Amino acid sequence: MSKRRNAALLALVTVFLAGTAVSQDLTGENMKSLDGQVQEIKSDVLDIASDLRNLEERLLYPSGTQLAIFVAVEEQQDFRLDAVQIEIDGELATHHIYSFNELDALQKGGVQKAYAGNVVTGDHELRVTVIGKTDSGKDFSSSREFAFAKGVKPKTLGVTLAEPGLGSDGIQVGDW
Amino acid sequence: MRRAPLFGLGLLLVTGLASGPAPAQELKDLYFGEALYYAHQGLYFEALERLDTEIKQHDGLDEPQLDTLYYHIDDADFSLGDFELRYRMHHRAGRAIKAVLEAAVDDVIRNDAAYRLARIHFQKNQLAEALHALDRIDGKVPESIRDDIEFLRANVYLAEGRPEDSIEVLENLQDSDSFGGFASYNLGIAYLQSGHRQEALEKLNQAGGITTDDPAELAIRDKSNLVAGTIYLETEEFESAIPYLNRVRLDGPFSNQALLSAGWANMAVDKVDRAVVPWSILADREVTDSATQEAMLALPYAYGKLDVHGRAAVYYGRALDAFGTEVDKLNESIESIREGKFIEALVREEIRKDKDWVVRLRSLPEAPETYYLMDLLASHDFQTGLQNYLDLADLRRKLVEWQSGFDAYDEMVEIRGDHYEPLLPQTDEEFRELDSRMRLRIEQHKMLVRRRDDLLTTPRPEFLATPEEQAILAQLDALELQAIANASAMQRIKRLKGALVWRLETEYHERLSEFDRNLRNLDEAMALAQTQYDEYVRVRQASTHSYVGYEKPISRLRVHAANAVQKIDLLMARQGRVLEKVALDELVARRSRLESFGDKARFALADSYDRATQAQAMAEPQ
Repeated sequence: MSKRRNAALLALVTVFLAGTAVSQDLTGENMKSLDGQVQEIKSDVLDIASDLRNLEERLLYPSGTQLAIFVAVEEQQDFRLDAVQIEIDGELATHHIYSFNELDALQKGGVQKAYAGNVVTGDHELRVTVIGKTDSGKDFSSSREFAFAKGVKPKTLGVTLAEPGLGSDGIQVGDW
Repeated sequence: MRRAPLFGLGLLLVTGLASGPAPAQELKDLYFGEALYYAHQGLYFEALERLDTEIKQHDGLDEPQLDTLYYHIDDADFSLGDFELRYRMHHRAGRAIKAVLEAAVDDVIRNDAAYRLARIHFQKNQLAEALHALDRIDGKVPESIRDDIEFLRANVYLAEGRPEDSIEVLENLQDSDSFGGFASYNLGIAYLQSGHRQEALEKLNQAGGITTDDPAELAIRDKSNLVAGTIYLETEEFESAIPYLNRVRLDGPFSNQALLSAGWANMAVDKVDRAVVPWSILADREVTDSATQEAMLALPYAYGKLDVHGRAAVYYGRALDAFGTEVDKLNESIESIREGKFIEALVREEIRKDKDWVVRLRSLPEAPETYYLMDLLASHDFQTGLQNYLDLADLRRKLVEWQSGFDAYDEMVEIRGDHYEPLLPQTDEEFRELDSRMRLRIEQHKMLVRRRDDLLTTPRPEFLATPEEQAILAQLDALELQAIANASAMQRIKRLKGALVWRLETEYHERLSEFDRNLRNLDEAMALAQTQYDEYVRVRQASTHSYVGYEKPISRLRVHAANAVQKIDLLMARQGRVLEKVALDELVARRSRLESFGDKARFALADSYDRATQAQAMAEPQ
């Protein structure tokens, strides 16, 4: 086979690739213009989401009775958190099973809003149950009760979890 | 080969964006933590919505230093830009990052922001702005991004057509741990662009010979060898090209192209038997790949050259069948795209949950078109368009879900109104009465407090007389006026008055203490009454707030959501059409190429049969 023939066949490949590039470029401008409009609508929808969140908060959780419970994992904790159950005054408030991504987000310092609801002013009891696997692979389930007082302002509680160890169930609750 | 540097840059961008959200530190603001929780899961809409609201609230405070976000505000501003960037909102991301740049922040934060801003501009092909942002980097630079900054600078120079400047920067990155292979590859491309072919080949040789087990570096090693081999092919130095093409891994992303080129290089130097080897491997690979399709034609051509015409005919026949099948498949795919199935497949939830969803698309039996679109799907423009389409679909789903809540909110407000409205007039009536009594008592209480305070400075024993004593005193005063002429009566009245004043004076301190004690008890009772009063006012306000003032916000949100859905529908239709058109153009081009290959195969098949028959005929008389 001659070198010329080789070059011609190589050129066939090059022409084909160039053709693909041209067809993409033709729509490139279109894509850019659309991209700008998509960014605008994202911004609009974010504003709607923010307004809606404020409205829901006012409508569903008035400040006088509002209670929010957040869950965080202590720094440098590698235990596997499977589930958290929260009871308020003996009633189940929430039960959450963690996905891999959620646990990863907690371990990287994210904080999950696990519960939002309403309680009357006065004293209440909170029971937190944690199910998981220790770093060494052992299953564990621990539970702890806490008392808290709800005043006239919105109440925010933070539950901080760690792997249970000697004399510790690994559950801390505090006002945040 | 002019497109090669762009691929290198593409790789860099993906690497750069893969770094995690804001760095961790002791968290003081829960809502910032909540935004991070979503960001760490890649849910940037949710993260942005929360962080944006939190920052706006913080900015509106009179004393922001008392807010918990104050401790994280630099990080939060930075993260906002970062999340916007990740959510592909470059316009807003640029603004947020510029705000960090203009704030009085630490060098490290400002320089990190400048780098990110430069990266945004580079992504948007705004090269002058990217350089301007890089030029703002001054003072202490975070160690973790020092090489990234220089690598980006070199890439901007390359994209601006300033290879000489790029070379100067890249030379200093040759020992970088993070960019070693990439820097050598890009340096090779920079030399090539500046016309220094020999230096380019040396650098590509260096990048193509690195020892690594990192998949990205292995890919750039293959790419370097393929580019070096292709440079030699273009100048018809086929012998020199072969070793480079042979260095490309058989299981890497550039393997098919390298095998194809290796075959042609061997053919060019008349090593036909050696060309058969790579082409045989390639011809058995995925038939939708364009290099494979070319090899299916090239392999029998090589057999023809080796005078094995029978085998050549068999392979031509096989290629012809395969091309026919593929053309049918492409026709089906083109039809399928025209019916809108391509877009339907792309937005399927279960597919997108997999990080390799583009690859998994191939396994969808109802989306045959994706077989031919893998390269297209991976291209930057298509990915941007596709991601926009997917984002729009997500936004639409969210809005539709929210819209279903508006009726429930309206109903909730109505039920609350129906409950409270009949009760409130009566309650308000009772409250008004209670309120006037309460105000009276408060005034009385204030007067008593004033009196006690006065008594402490100016003793007035008569003020502490009991009501009976006050009545006796009044009586004695009246009698005194009547008995003014009666000396003995006056004497008795004075004695009685004296006895009473004596008692008031001598018991004054005791009485004042008791008055004070009683007043203190009254303070407690008043405080309790005030608490109950405040509680009532709060509950009364809460009952009104539970159903008044929602009509306008709900109806405004309803309109905004409906408008947004309408806009999204329009944009999705336009974006979808663009994606379909790009996909259709690609498939039509592939079909046209396959049809042309089919024609060649048909002609060559006939020719091979003829030659095989002639060879057989010539062999028979012997």
